[in-house]
Amino acid sequence: MNSVLSCSDLSFKVRGAELLNGVSLEVQRGETLGIVGPNGSGKSTLLKLLAGLREPSAGEVLLDGQRLGKMARRSIAQKLAVVEQQADTDDGIRVFDAVALGRTPWLSALQPWSAADDAIVEQALTDVDAMHLRTRLWRSLSGGERQRVHIARALAQRPQILLLDEPANHLDIQHQLTILNVVQALPVTTLIALHDLNQALKCDRLAVLERGRLVALGAPLEVLTPQRLQDTFGVRAHYLTDPFDGAQILRFHS
Amino acid sequence: MKASLIRTLVALATLLIAVVAGVAIGETSIEPGVVVQVLANKLWNAGYALDPIDEGIVWNYRLTRALVAAACGAGLATCGVILQSLLRNPLADPYLLGISAGASTGAVMVALLGVGAGMISLSVGAFAGAVTAFVLVILLARVSGSASGTGQIILAGIAGSQLFNALTAFLITRSASSEQARGIMFWLLGNLGGVRWPSVWLAVPVAVLGLVVCLWHRRALDAFTFGADSAASLGIPVRQVQILLIGCAALVTAVMVSIVGSIGFVGLVIPHAARLLLGTGHARLLPASALGGAVFLIAADVLSRTLIKGQVIPVGVITALVGAPVFALILVGRRSAR
Repeated sequence: MNSVLSCSDLSFKVRGAELLNGVSLEVQRGETLGIVGPNGSGKSTLLKLLAGLREPSAGEVLLDGQRLGKMARRSIAQKLAVVEQQADTDDGIRVFDAVALGRTPWLSALQPWSAADDAIVEQALTDVDAMHLRTRLWRSLSGGERQRVHIARALAQRPQILLLDEPANHLDIQHQLTILNVVQALPVTTLIALHDLNQALKCDRLAVLERGRLVALGAPLEVLTPQRLQDTFGVRAHYLTDPFDGAQILRFHS
Repeated sequence: MKASLIRTLVALATLLIAVVAGVAIGETSIEPGVVVQVLANKLWNAGYALDPIDEGIVWNYRLTRALVAAACGAGLATCGVILQSLLRNPLADPYLLGISAGASTGAVMVALLGVGAGMISLSVGAFAGAVTAFVLVILLARVSGSASGTGQIILAGIAGSQLFNALTAFLITRSASSEQARGIMFWLLGNLGGVRWPSVWLAVPVAVLGLVVCLWHRRALDAFTFGADSAASLGIPVRQVQILLIGCAALVTAVMVSIVGSIGFVGLVIPHAARLLLGTGHARLLPASALGGAVFLIAADVLSRTLIKGQVIPVGVITALVGAPVFALILVGRRSAR
């Protein structure tokens, strides 16, 4: 098996409420795996557990064959980076320094910042097309720019796996498309929680969550059937074919 | 590397000048040249012929006072940086969060119960009080809302401060003689009078230790910029770092309180000024705050001794006179930043 990240029978409870229940899946090296589901279906929880940011109530996560719970935070961070849904700061930090935080897992107390680290940060900024923002203050950025800087910070970790929690949320359509194109072009294994199902269709595979359970996993068009959309999302939908490029798009009815 | 060496030298020179100025200025002012000669005599047996009274004042009274002021200022400013970074709250400060009040209660308890009157046992009592107060305040903030909410934790800090100050007052009224009570009340407001060399040997190493531990974790402190989850995903063992550094802040606060009483606002004013000048990176912010705190408290002490002829104002009153308006400015500034 060529799975870089997997989980088996993963459950998470908070004060008796079951947020995630018996989820098992394997992420293949190099793929983009989308996670979809209605609000409160456990997308963010699943990502947090896979990143080791929360302890599962049951089940386990394997990263490169190692149990996540047994690994040091530092070695996890050298392999896996996370872009949270809303991470903000009141600090007067500059974009370059915010992205430079991504080097943290590779530096130690005695090791000074090097020219190589500079180059990695600049590459990360270039990858998300944010080089021109490098001297700007964080709080002067727009929502879309902030999200790109977060992704750049994650890239500066030089991870093998990138977890993103609805990175295009709250952005206007132009910035949504920019962010998703950036993510898709990245040469890393990607796990991405998405809200917009038409955008999710572009992933290699999709996992569908419903009230904390994994109810479907596979190629987007096989998984997001009209029946599945009715059962999980409570909407009627059918596919249209875009006359421009023959792509399938979803049209919803209430 | 070379630039950082120059910065270190400039910082040390600034500190030295501040200490010499702190020693020289006073009700009987002493020539800075004489101060340097006394230092040379004591440290290198330079053998300058000096008035033994001047020498005594400089070496046993003013120098110890200036050094303890520097150590306290540096320590409290470092604590402010740690608390602001880890709690993601620009108003966090050992005084406002009730840590100083808890430390006072602990120290007073030890002093009145007479469990060994030494400075070490006072510090241990203060440390126990500081940790208790911090845990209580955080729990109260958690229960009443999110611990990261700016207002919540400051309100919890006020409740904690009031509770521990009341406890201290209760302890004093119950068990202290009126002379003891007067002494303790004066010390509570922050008082650098009466510090001698043993205080220096406690305050300076603790301040240096606190700074070194924080500098060692400077990248971890940076990583908290976008919150604890973000720090964890950057490879920081969050819980471990929080316990170590907040424990460190409690220890530094406790030791300083047990020596000079609770001096407020140093941990608030200085880190903010340093951030404005140097940005948010802790590699520079920490040493700059420590230096700024040291210079600030030496200056506050000089003012406290010279502002009213023949009277010494508690140094905590001076720092509060500067600090409270800065606190107000930060509040207003945060509102307009939203």
